[in-house]
Amino acid sequence: MTLDVTLKKPNWFSRLANPGQFLGWSRFVLWPLGVATFVLFAIGLYFALFDSPADYQMGETVRIMYIHVPNAWLSQFIYGIMAAASLGTLVWRHPLADVAARAAAPLGATFTALALFTGALWGRPTWGTYWQWDGRMTSTLILLLIYLGIIALWRAFDDQGRAGRVVAVFTLVGALDVPVVKFSVDWWNTLHQPASISLLGSEHMPPSMLLPLGIMTLAFTVLFLTLHLVRMRTEIFRRRARSMERQAAQSLTE
Amino acid sequence: MPELGPHASFIIWAYLGVLVGVAALILSAGIEARRVRSRLKALEARGLRRRSEQAP
Repeated sequence: MTLDVTLKKPNWFSRLANPGQFLGWSRFVLWPLGVATFVLFAIGLYFALFDSPADYQMGETVRIMYIHVPNAWLSQFIYGIMAAASLGTLVWRHPLADVAARAAAPLGATFTALALFTGALWGRPTWGTYWQWDGRMTSTLILLLIYLGIIALWRAFDDQGRAGRVVAVFTLVGALDVPVVKFSVDWWNTLHQPASISLLGSEHMPPSMLLPLGIMTLAFTVLFLTLHLVRMRTEIFRRRARSMERQAAQSLTE
Repeated sequence: MPELGPHASFIIWAYLGVLVGVAALILSAGIEARRVRSRLKALEARGLRRRSEQAP
């Protein structure tokens, strides 16, 4: 009896799942992404600080919007990526999924903290208060606490494979907070104003403000992608180092 | 720099805070990457290899 074994060429998803392949292509993407981040920030900051009008109600404090909205956007976008990665860990056991989730968590926590910080500084001159327990602000604070919980969970486990599955479940449960953050301004009559940018039209904002806001949002997003790739690469190298140390320890005991 | 009006300090503190936060993220990512790379190089210098790189 003969066995007819033919090796199928791995599809793109399998190739993407290979950490070695990821390290190969991501090396060549990092520099262009870094340069794009720098250029976008230079253009965006020029428009935000020098070539955009003051708001007829808020005056010059509207310039805080150009850093507050991108950070707020990233706080939700990054959580979305982590939730998708968690599905990748639990459903497909994708080797890069928990690497991506772990690398994104500190970035998400920082951008969420910056959204709260800039929001407070924008709120004081606009609303007369740094903080109000309204739907948007409270749900964003809860999102920050979820991020911090995820970071703490990652550090609580020695076995990163097991940590990946536990954190994935926690992340998916925590994802329930993201629609609350997003739609809180529609669901409840809150102090926080409705969304600054809408996919169905941006009738509330003139193009002279929309342009710097769009460029700054893109700049922050590309910055996140760059840092995420760097941190994912570092996480893969860390796991390789840990596995080599474990092998060395095993060979000593044999 | 435009005239930032009576609430200039709020705008400046907001931008400074974001600058510090972003700088911290960039620096920590760079420092951690270097630290892990040098740890890996030190292990390789001791002759250690990953299982997949070892000769059959």
